[in-house]
Amino acid sequence: MQATNFNPKKFHKSQFKFYVFLVPFSLFMALPILYIFVTALKPTDELFAFPPRFFVDNPTLDNFRDLFEATGTGVPIASFLINSIIVTASVVLLSVLFSSMAGYVLSKKQFKGKILLFEINKTALMFVPIAVMIPRFLVVSNIGIVDTRLAHILPLLAIPVGLFLIKQFVDQVPDELIEAAKVDGAGDFYIFTNIIIPLIKPAIATVAILAFQAAWNNTETSTLFVSTETKQTFAFYMSSILNISNSVAGAGIGAAATLIMFLPNLIIFVILQSKVMNTMAHSGIK
Amino acid sequence: MSTLVKSMQSARSKFRKMKDRFTLWLDSGNKTTVLFLAPYVLMFTVFIVIPVLLAIVLSLTYFNGIQFPTFTGLANYVYLLTADDLFMRTIVPNTLVFAIIVGPGGYILSFFLAWMLSQLSPKPRNIMALIIYSPSMTSGVAIAVLWKIIFSGDEAGFLNGFLLNANLINEPVQWLQSPDHLMMIMIIVSLWSSMGVGFLAVLAGLLNVNKDLYEAAYVDGIRNRFQEIIYITIPSIKKQMLFSAVMSIVGTISAGSIGVTLSGANPTPQNAGQLILNHIEDYGILRSELGMAAALSVVLLLVMLGFSKFFSKIFASDE
Repeated sequence: MQATNFNPKKFHKSQFKFYVFLVPFSLFMALPILYIFVTALKPTDELFAFPPRFFVDNPTLDNFRDLFEATGTGVPIASFLINSIIVTASVVLLSVLFSSMAGYVLSKKQFKGKILLFEINKTALMFVPIAVMIPRFLVVSNIGIVDTRLAHILPLLAIPVGLFLIKQFVDQVPDELIEAAKVDGAGDFYIFTNIIIPLIKPAIATVAILAFQAAWNNTETSTLFVSTETKQTFAFYMSSILNISNSVAGAGIGAAATLIMFLPNLIIFVILQSKVMNTMAHSGIK
Repeated sequence: MSTLVKSMQSARSKFRKMKDRFTLWLDSGNKTTVLFLAPYVLMFTVFIVIPVLLAIVLSLTYFNGIQFPTFTGLANYVYLLTADDLFMRTIVPNTLVFAIIVGPGGYILSFFLAWMLSQLSPKPRNIMALIIYSPSMTSGVAIAVLWKIIFSGDEAGFLNGFLLNANLINEPVQWLQSPDHLMMIMIIVSLWSSMGVGFLAVLAGLLNVNKDLYEAAYVDGIRNRFQEIIYITIPSIKKQMLFSAVMSIVGTISAGSIGVTLSGANPTPQNAGQLILNHIEDYGILRSELGMAAALSVVLLLVMLGFSKFFSKIFASDE
């Protein structure tokens, strides 16, 4: 019996059995997303066609035009999109900065409560914000950010998984490197920006992706904290057109909106995939 | 003229001194530690720690959101366990069925997918890993819109059209409105979108295992793949396995409102897809019984904590 050959360089006929399972399985996983692509491009008569066809014969961008012209709520879609872009950009930037700063200190500095802080954060890895939606609402309304764009941003900034991954990654940076810089007279700010940040780029990319997904897909903050339509996010707007897309007529518009939600996630992940895998190799919980 | 230049110079040197002093302060020992930790710890405390503590406190009160909460001890918990018919008869069984299939089921599935993928050459592996991971990027609403189109109740819905055309059914099925099908669809959709970061972590762990260990194990008498997986593969990636377990708990809990999103109604048709998360929403938002909602939150948090402690024990590392 041969030992399992992990991470082989080339194809070998012994891998065939895995393809037999994985290829159909991947197709099943991809099918719904492919279907959204083609549905978004279908003209009305093809949406209503019976029997429904998987592929599209005469692709058109009508659904996207209809989506942007639909003013069911009286507020232009562009406004929701701009809010989402502002909110997502702020969340990604700030949460990456906060977790990197904290991750560096947590890994390389000695201070009181260090272990306690790390343990609390480790427990919080399994925290699901929506489980405490009511107390969260009370907090948000008491610090006076209800119905402002800050209510979309601030609650999403502390990402326990983000701090965890970055801390694990900073652990890999040799202490000698930091000591040497200190001997040369470098302060913490210099060390952080010129040594740590460049070395933990893969972890930063990963946290950026996680923050992006959390912010871009977020509907809870609009549902619970923000009632003014001009301040709500695109993901939330999608839930208001859910009812339209209950019928086939709205399916095209719904698919177009889903695509706008999904594509940025996909593109960012594809660009950063190798960095994410690099981080994940160090993701283990000790 | 010269006085102006002089005063500007002195102002500039003053500013420089202040700046130097500030950098010095920042760079001296503990202050950087505090400064670097402050933003994260502040946000973490305000939006995670305080809500959790508040949930614990509120769960011991009657609170309708308007009047000041009145202390009622464990009354909310007692009510949940003894008097809330819906909770014990429907919510708990539903949540168990859903959580057991999506949680451990999805976890085991993700391990075997990663295990198979890790034995392929890089190019096909990366493409298929991306495909399997990509559903987890669509969250909440996007998932709902996507699957609503597929499970649409009229004959032009994809699944209905397909089945009608193949003569497997005679009339369109109201997939998402039917109590018989809703739970199954919720499970399929949640499993479909559950191959997230945890799956990637396990895959990355497997790609970095030490191959010498394996050769040695076969010399030492490991006989088959099953023994190999149990005695070598899993122990050598147990940190990633634990990370993945925690992520799968989070994923399962977060997916808890999928039934309401899919069917478009809270409560779901005949409560068929009602899970604990919907019940919190029901108490907290629809009925304004915030104390009860908080008690449910605490129950949910305790269950999650229990599971994550359980997994930490199983995958405890020797270090």
